[in-house]
Amino acid sequence: MGSIESSFFDIGHLDALSSKDTPIHRVDPRVKVLTTIYFIAVVISFNKYDPAGLAPLVIYPVAIMTIGNIPFSYIMKKLLIASPFVLSVALFNPILDRTPVLDLGLFSVSGGFVSFASIAAKFVLTAGAGLALIACTGFDSICSALSKMGVPGAFTIQLIFVYRYIFVLGEEAARMVRARALRSFGNKGLGMTVYGSMIGQLLLRTMDRAQRIHLAMLCRGFDGEIHHVASSKIRLSDFFFLAGWSGLFTLLRLYNFPAWLGRELGRLI
Amino acid sequence: MHMADALISPAVGGVMLVATAGLTVYSARKLEEEIDDRKIPLMGVLGALVFAAQMINFTIPGTGSSGHLGGAMLLAVLLGPYAAFLTMASILTIQALFFADGGLLALGCNIFNMGFFPCFVVFPLIYKRIAANSVERKRILAAAMVASIIALQLGALGVVTDTFFSNISDLSFKTFVLLMLPIHLAIGIVEGFVTASVVSFVTRSRPGVLQVAAEPSSGKQVSIKPVLITLVIIAALTGGFLSWFASANPDGLEWSIARSSVNKVLRSSESGIHGLLSGVQKKTAVFPDYNFRKDETDGSAKSESTQGKQDAWPSVSAGTSISGLLGGAMSLVLAGLIGFGIRTVQRRRPDK
Repeated sequence: MGSIESSFFDIGHLDALSSKDTPIHRVDPRVKVLTTIYFIAVVISFNKYDPAGLAPLVIYPVAIMTIGNIPFSYIMKKLLIASPFVLSVALFNPILDRTPVLDLGLFSVSGGFVSFASIAAKFVLTAGAGLALIACTGFDSICSALSKMGVPGAFTIQLIFVYRYIFVLGEEAARMVRARALRSFGNKGLGMTVYGSMIGQLLLRTMDRAQRIHLAMLCRGFDGEIHHVASSKIRLSDFFFLAGWSGLFTLLRLYNFPAWLGRELGRLI
Repeated sequence: MHMADALISPAVGGVMLVATAGLTVYSARKLEEEIDDRKIPLMGVLGALVFAAQMINFTIPGTGSSGHLGGAMLLAVLLGPYAAFLTMASILTIQALFFADGGLLALGCNIFNMGFFPCFVVFPLIYKRIAANSVERKRILAAAMVASIIALQLGALGVVTDTFFSNISDLSFKTFVLLMLPIHLAIGIVEGFVTASVVSFVTRSRPGVLQVAAEPSSGKQVSIKPVLITLVIIAALTGGFLSWFASANPDGLEWSIARSSVNKVLRSSESGIHGLLSGVQKKTAVFPDYNFRKDETDGSAKSESTQGKQDAWPSVSAGTSISGLLGGAMSLVLAGLIGFGIRTVQRRRPDK
């Protein structure tokens, strides 16, 4: 059962990437979260018939990943795995919308294909920026950034808890799957009845574990809150990061850079 | 059924994000009233359990495919609605961050569709009434089955509604509903069986767990009214602001109203915010005659052209189309070159 282990390896790998020390990693997590959210908002606000206008925005994930030393191939692989739902919905656009909008001399392209391209581009940009954010920031820092930005404590504690115990329970689940696979022949034993009691067993063990964790936490003085040690000062460079990128996104949204570039190049040729 | 950012408009994403934020604050407050901090680690590990359980597959007889647990209904039964909602929200956030499974701005939509419906609508109104704290197997099965099916149908309908109002996909509301609901009926049946078998396993092997876990809150009541009022105001403001910010072209709600309404009076021309913005755009645009999509000589022609596929875009010309493509490609190359440049500079200074 490679898939379980590989998906946990994946989370661990992203976490390892986030422990690097580059200029991007040093930017305040709050600033990175806000910039990424603004980036996503700008990207999805583009008209669906304008995939070319999105092109210059690729500079943000590219710059973050290059400066942050994140391997492109790894992020691309993750995007590919996550893409089926978006692409299967977007695939209806070329079928439903056949109005020609783009004339390339020999043949013309229908509006559906143009909007399909723009959905695909938006997906790559938004999901890529999200993955770049986690790879350059780390989960704990994002959680503390969220709680500093006013997200209720009960929710951020949940995030931290779920994240930490995914590894523990994941290993347990992986062992159970292996044990089930060894005891089942063909498709026998892989059905729903075994599955139900397997999850039930895991659930009971998990509840016992929760009780032990709770006692251990009480022993260490847990009072309903998790305290973060990280410094919380926003430096001037953080401010420039936010202002610079947001300004760039806004400019690229208001002025059509590719159109200008294309016309100038056309004139030169 | 995780919505991606690419399929929603900023207005839809913003409104749903605000609604979900309100629900999160409300649930967190409700939970604090319970004062039972045993629940905090329990919620955490159960969230991780759902995560782990989603990676265990089982074969579905007769189809050759395999299924796994969704988990919202199970969490609601084990933890009660508020804790289950927070746990579900944290699971979906982690999925969005680590697996790009659903976008960050679409997180509001996803938490609403997969958390709000099962925890706050289906669990109290359907599951509790049918199950009625019974330990009888058939009763639990019936309750879990009906509840899971309805929760998934509501969630699927939520996905369709979000997509429809975002107007990125060309699928019509009806077609998308006809695609989504039957698929999620099947998923709901599987989910119902799994939830029922886990719940009845727990009731058989350790009765009492469910009663303790899902006991109603004993603390004082938090009124939801002020929360709701603030929520509606913020949602309206955000929606208004974001749709203004979104685009000079009619999109989302307005566009779909214009498309589906028989009364074409709603078709806006040079009025309102769109007119204002397209005016601003015309003035500020460095190259107003760029027509990758369509050259607009006046605002009314523009909103006319977005009415749907029956309208042809009148000015399709080879020259400008190619210049648009060329410009797009060149910007990509430029971005790549900048990235390459940064990397080269970094290599020269390995001490950095």
